[in-house]
Amino acid sequence: MSSQYKTIIRDGLWENNGVFAMLLGLCPSMAMTTSATNGLGMGLATAVVMAASSMLVGMFRNRITQEVRIPVFILVIASMVTLVDLFMNAWMHELYKVLGMFIPLIVSNCLPLARLESFAGKNPTLPSLVDGLFMGLGFTIALTIIGAVREIIGVGTLFADASLLFGPAFKFMEMRLLPTDTGILMMILPPGGFLTLGFLVVGKRMLDVRAGKAIQMGGAHSAA
Amino acid sequence: MKKQRTLGHGLILGAFCLGFGIVLAISDSITVDDIAARALEDRLNSLSQVIPDNIHDNNPVSDAFTMKNERNKEITVYRATKEGKVTGVAYEIFGTGYAGEMKLMLGVDAQGNVLGVRVLAHKETAGLGDKMEVKKSDWILRFTGLSLGNPQPDKWKVKKDGGQFDQFAGATITPRGVVDAVRKGLQLFAANKMQMMDINASKTPMKEAH
Repeated sequence: MSSQYKTIIRDGLWENNGVFAMLLGLCPSMAMTTSATNGLGMGLATAVVMAASSMLVGMFRNRITQEVRIPVFILVIASMVTLVDLFMNAWMHELYKVLGMFIPLIVSNCLPLARLESFAGKNPTLPSLVDGLFMGLGFTIALTIIGAVREIIGVGTLFADASLLFGPAFKFMEMRLLPTDTGILMMILPPGGFLTLGFLVVGKRMLDVRAGKAIQMGGAHSAA
Repeated sequence: MKKQRTLGHGLILGAFCLGFGIVLAISDSITVDDIAARALEDRLNSLSQVIPDNIHDNNPVSDAFTMKNERNKEITVYRATKEGKVTGVAYEIFGTGYAGEMKLMLGVDAQGNVLGVRVLAHKETAGLGDKMEVKKSDWILRFTGLSLGNPQPDKWKVKKDGGQFDQFAGATITPRGVVDAVRKGLQLFAANKMQMMDINASKTPMKEAH
């Protein structure tokens, strides 16, 4: 049983990483990674929605018939996104002001839907929750790395404005690695996003090859 | 048989819709007041940054009316009054940035001097065009105290265009849009001063903060 969870966790974080292996959810991973802080915020919000919707679908998986599963999955994701949006706006308003613009975008991410379809719809509640959570965290890690690379090369800082997102206690994360005005602007514009992702995907595969593993193509073929 | 199954699927989908609909409705009803309160706080907050506390004894959020701006767009004008006199107004102005429209709030005193400018919403590149946000840089504070005659009209431009305003590193289009918006905002005030300063202008109480 515990080895099952280990596999789920390793799949989510590395082997079958939503962005670097399956190349899913590219819209937010290109648009929201102009800085490491943005990537981290978008990733965490997505992880919450994925964990909650995977758990719910796992719970109701025997009630959902094949024919209506897609509309039900979309309904679940959209409802979770709306709930997170409402609660955050009402009770975590400071955080909402920074993250608020990311939250509705989660609906347009195909990664949650892909996990509901391929995992949560066929597995019990707890493994589904773990899968949703760690797929979400894997997504978070991927977005943070892409954001960090783009931010360092693009503007020379790392985790700029993290204290606006998480509170003053996180001021220590904010770093300036290169002198002002040395950044290469293109890196925080869309081409930089695609370049960064390309190099990181290659990097991950080289690490896998070095570790003697067969390259996992994951969903790369089907991801349009 | 076939028909019955279709009906079953429909019922399942309907049941899920109903269930989540109820959950969403309940969540909405328990958060709606808090959200409205937060939105009002935000509005008060941005207003208090462009209308200093010491020039008014009213609540500008409730002392507001709408008018058309130079592009025939309806804007809300918030009015600061003290002892029955209008001491200043604040209203939304719009500029064109690198990534579309930017929405700003401009505060002007009775003589037409800028009390303050703040960005309300924009889509400029993070880390580059967003230096006009006051929490990221003090660039936008330099408008305070300026007016249509100070600097001269041909100097109401960024330095690159021969004006007196610094662009910020790596971005010219954003500051150009902001300078433009502020200048147009001041012209709007100059052209409609009578109406905007009229203490008896019809008050349209804010129905709901949004």
